[in-house]
Amino acid sequence: MTPTRKRRLIMIGAILIAAAAATTLIVLALQQNMTYLFTPSEILAGKVPDGARFRIGGMVKQGSVERGQSLTVAFVVTDGDGDMRVEYNGILPDLFRDNQSVIATGSMQGNHFLATEVLAKHDENYVPRDVAEAMSKAHRKHDVPVEADKPTP
Amino acid sequence: MNTLSLWFHKFGSPPTFYRLSRLLCPWLFAAACLIGAVGLYAGLVLAPADYQQSDAYRIIFIHVPCAWMSLFAYIFMAANAFIAVVWRIKISEILAMTSAPVGAMFTAVTLLTGAIWGKPMWGTWWTWDARLTSELVLLFLYLGVIGLYSAIEDRRQAARAASFLGLIGIVNVPIVHFSVNWWNTLHQGSTVRLLGPSRIDASMLWPLLLMALATHIWFFASVLARSRTSVLEQESGKEWVREIVQAQGVRHG
Repeated sequence: MTPTRKRRLIMIGAILIAAAAATTLIVLALQQNMTYLFTPSEILAGKVPDGARFRIGGMVKQGSVERGQSLTVAFVVTDGDGDMRVEYNGILPDLFRDNQSVIATGSMQGNHFLATEVLAKHDENYVPRDVAEAMSKAHRKHDVPVEADKPTP
Repeated sequence: MNTLSLWFHKFGSPPTFYRLSRLLCPWLFAAACLIGAVGLYAGLVLAPADYQQSDAYRIIFIHVPCAWMSLFAYIFMAANAFIAVVWRIKISEILAMTSAPVGAMFTAVTLLTGAIWGKPMWGTWWTWDARLTSELVLLFLYLGVIGLYSAIEDRRQAARAASFLGLIGIVNVPIVHFSVNWWNTLHQGSTVRLLGPSRIDASMLWPLLLMALATHIWFFASVLARSRTSVLEQESGKEWVREIVQAQGVRHG
């Protein structure tokens, strides 16, 4: 390798390492700052500043959905450790149902969460419908207490 | 000189590259169209509906292969940019610069199909979560490379400057890939994994892999076709180009 090329190689290598280091630091710094959502137990633990607009994420608790007049709906979001009542007035996404992961944007009002937007999160599993049904049937039969038992394996 | 570097020099010479790509291009395009057609038919018709998203999940057969290609094209571009900056090989400069618009197109399709998918499933066209934002940054990086390349008059200087920009942008690639693991995102995690079992039924996986193969072949066909024109343009005035033009003239005249 000629000296010129070696010099270029070292220079590019150094710049790439510097860029990677800078990015790593930014990513690490954002890790603490860039919280896309809070879970109910984090809210109950007081991690959210008062009056802040934020996102709450968790599962819709089984059987907690109450539909009010027109588009008003209330449900409980849970992360297993804590529950939070969410009230919302608007159109829910297609995937909204019991045990579905949802992310709601809004703010605390008293001891419940008033949402202005509710988004459904789906998981990375893709399963044909009949396979999913057969699986959940088998799980119920053998009394397997796994998450596959609910309609969202 | 050993065989490998001999081959490298031979393939790197513009006339050989031109002839080889002219030979390969039609076959690659044909293969991509054929495999893509089979993949699309298998994905849109043969594959069963999803338990949760029913038929709406079928956009995965476009969205995911394009998303993979948006990263693959960037890695390909950066690898060629690296060779272009260090060794100043002309073909690498051209390959790096011609893969940028193709990669940008794949990224745009990814963002577009993602938005179309997001509206019914998530309930929103767009959200500023880490995966979506980093993919948008990837599009801007591609556009930056294309813009810088077109802004400088001298083709070779332009290619080196734009290569440099593209090379630094490579730090975004792992961020796009790992964003769903590093942060709480609305976007779900990876379905298809190289290590460990995939989270998708086999009846849905094989059309997806066919589509991935088709997009890869399409990418190379498209890059070769663009590079061929670029090579002719930059080498115009050279003896081998004159020969080709004269041969074509005889055939047409």
